[in-house]
Amino acid sequence: MPAVYDLANRGLLPPGFSLVGFARREWAHEDFAAEVHDAVKDHARTPFREEVWQQLIQGMRFVQGTFDDDDAFERLRSTIEELDKAQGTGGNFAFYLSVPPRSFPVVIQQLKKHGLADQSGGSWRRAVIEKPFGHDLKSAEELNKVVHEVFEPDQVFRIDHYLGKETVQNILALRFANTMYEPIWNRSFVDHVQITMAEDIGIGGRAGYYDGIGSARDVIQNHLLQLMALTAMEEPASFDADALAAEKEKVLGAVRLPKDLGESTVRGQYAAGWQGGEKVIGYLEEDGIDTRSKTDTYAAVKLEIDNRRWAGVPFYLRTGKRLGRRVTEIAVVFQRAPHSPFDHTATEELGQNAIVIRVQPDEGITVRFGSKVPGTSMEIRDVSMDFAYGESFTESSPEAYERLILDVLLGDSNLFPRTEEVELSWKILDPIEEHWDKHGRPAQYKSGTWGPAEADEMLARDGRSWRRP
Amino acid sequence: MKIDLTDTTAGKVNKALVQGRRAIGTPAVGMVLTLVIVTDEENAYDALKAAGDASHEHPSRTLVVIKRVSRSPRDRTASRLDAEVRVGADAGSGETVILRLYGEVADHADSVVLPLLLPDAPVVVWWPVNAPLDPAKDPLGALAQRRVTDTYSSEQPVRELSARADAYTPGDTDLSWTRITPWRSMLAAALDQVVCEVKAVEVEGEEFNPSCELLAMWLADRLDVPVKRSLSAGPGLTAVRLDTSEGAIALDRADGSLATLSIDGQPDRAVALKRRETAELIAEELRRLDPDDTYASALRFGVERLNASAAPASAPEPVPAAPEPAAAATTDPSPKGEPVTHAAAASAAAGEAPATEAASQERAPLKKRAKAT
Repeated sequence: MPAVYDLANRGLLPPGFSLVGFARREWAHEDFAAEVHDAVKDHARTPFREEVWQQLIQGMRFVQGTFDDDDAFERLRSTIEELDKAQGTGGNFAFYLSVPPRSFPVVIQQLKKHGLADQSGGSWRRAVIEKPFGHDLKSAEELNKVVHEVFEPDQVFRIDHYLGKETVQNILALRFANTMYEPIWNRSFVDHVQITMAEDIGIGGRAGYYDGIGSARDVIQNHLLQLMALTAMEEPASFDADALAAEKEKVLGAVRLPKDLGESTVRGQYAAGWQGGEKVIGYLEEDGIDTRSKTDTYAAVKLEIDNRRWAGVPFYLRTGKRLGRRVTEIAVVFQRAPHSPFDHTATEELGQNAIVIRVQPDEGITVRFGSKVPGTSMEIRDVSMDFAYGESFTESSPEAYERLILDVLLGDSNLFPRTEEVELSWKILDPIEEHWDKHGRPAQYKSGTWGPAEADEMLARDGRSWRRP
Repeated sequence: MKIDLTDTTAGKVNKALVQGRRAIGTPAVGMVLTLVIVTDEENAYDALKAAGDASHEHPSRTLVVIKRVSRSPRDRTASRLDAEVRVGADAGSGETVILRLYGEVADHADSVVLPLLLPDAPVVVWWPVNAPLDPAKDPLGALAQRRVTDTYSSEQPVRELSARADAYTPGDTDLSWTRITPWRSMLAAALDQVVCEVKAVEVEGEEFNPSCELLAMWLADRLDVPVKRSLSAGPGLTAVRLDTSEGAIALDRADGSLATLSIDGQPDRAVALKRRETAELIAEELRRLDPDDTYASALRFGVERLNASAAPASAPEPVPAAPEPAAAATTDPSPKGEPVTHAAAASAAAGEAPATEAASQERAPLKKRAKAT
């Protein structure tokens, strides 16, 4: 909702834009408006302006009902038709489906049954779907079938809010609009890539959703594999949705799982401990979690991409809850210089060169390289060159959702993963999940640390170590 | 710019840091290391001031961890974290966060510090007072590459030196060792000038000053000759006298600032050897972050052996500096007579070689520190 308001405030919404809420709650239009009002006031990025709010509230309606209630959908239909007349929405609707996975087929069928999804005469019907896009390949295929029965494939928008982030879009700009990075962006220079998405919070009140899903399905399948695809893909022929999707699919299709999944994947569960100065409980002690649960709250996997550019370069993906701090970043770590004319003591403190893309928070890019420490002796130490979004562009960047909702309205699907990408991602993750299912239990790691010791050992076996993000 | 946060979390402190940087218009991070200072309220001001001065040479994020002792039992059970975030002109060159820990969280300071460390950059932990006996095993020490303690501030410095030797882990270092860098470079340079064989050494300084012991141990370790530690009224180290085959070499500093280098057969020379401020010591310590091997081998030489080896060569007077002369003698009586025979044998076999070789060996690792000082 704050994203919608921000769009309106920036004048990017068409006049007559209307918003209809559909939920089980016994609300009048006013209650719904009040709820939106509070959300906007608390969370909107841009300042609250009464006249913008007045414009929005004109088109705000609420329909009460359950998903299997035919009357409710009839009411929804008539509300929309009324809005068409009153607000002049021109028969274009986007359905933002923020519903539990099990209700999905019902809702889609209801939309179809009541003619809400029928496109006619130049108007469009779009569906916006939030993750999870299934919980394995089979369920994802089923879900896609259900949705595509009703909506055209190119009218289905899967929201992965990471892809709406400026820093993520900037990966493409960094790589393909510049000349200085692309020549070294390959196996001849890159030693390995680490992609980290860490959260400092636990599962909070989401026990019902989270247990049985776990961090790999929740994060690696969508966010991390998408980030990996953007980092590793070849240059698209153009910056349109088809060309981008083609390259992403190629690279996801080239992903090869390591032979020994036990050696090259790690999962963990947070145990009680201290996080950032607060005492926190372990995953198994959370409300509503079975004390024997095998759900992972930390997952790290090693993947390789079998193509000419990346052969032999491991991609280490890790995610977890209750880690040191909230951070998402991509680190491309380069090989050491093939020959060093300096003696050992001079370069003892020199690490590997790296380009770190900070996705959140404190968006920006850091380039790390060695430099001589001022003084009479030759002493080389790591220094960093830092680009921060806040510095070079003083306008605050749009929120991810803002960007994505606008794209839905415009029908621009550049930043939305397609069916094929979702299915390819599951093909990568399914064997890992199966392996985990059959072997062992998640390792316990103390809350507030950077994950289980097993993950460190996994990299140590390759002679590498995780960065401290 | 200063941001005060009460009853907060590390996550909020991180946000405040980003906000602060944006507000002062320099959101880029050019800091090269994180310096964690673990101290009590009493010493926090001085330590922070020293770190602030040092940050002009090493832009760093300084985290000051102050464990507050609550007075009442009720307060002791409640756990609270207060933070004071300083960026820009208020924080030297870099950022400073003062963390005050109350109650239970004080025992889990590492959980607060870990999220606030700069990405990738090296971490140095400095205990101005009350350093743990095994710094590498301390939860905060375990986060760091380099652990700086200061035996000078301890109640029984000489005894603590032995404890430090036992617990030594690469990366440990002692400000008492940093204090003698100029002495070491001056002595090494003096020995480079004269081709001679060192027969005995005397290190003179005030009592309860571990720098004297460290210098004595370093000389004993490097030159392999008897070293005598004798007492004076100070300030600090007052003199080092080398008895060599070519006559005496003495470096004498009576007033704590200007020293005289006298070499037999050469005119006396004045040498500035000022006792340095903590800020200078910390700045020097931060210049190199790899393990200090010279310190390790000097420390491991052992305080006990120092006095034992000095006994036979020196005059019959008792050595008052010895912390546990009796204990040292009883636990390890064998090396008593050995150093003399060893030194004699060495000189017979290789003439002047041992001393000069030791000195020139020493000079290589010394140069780096010495010239940069």
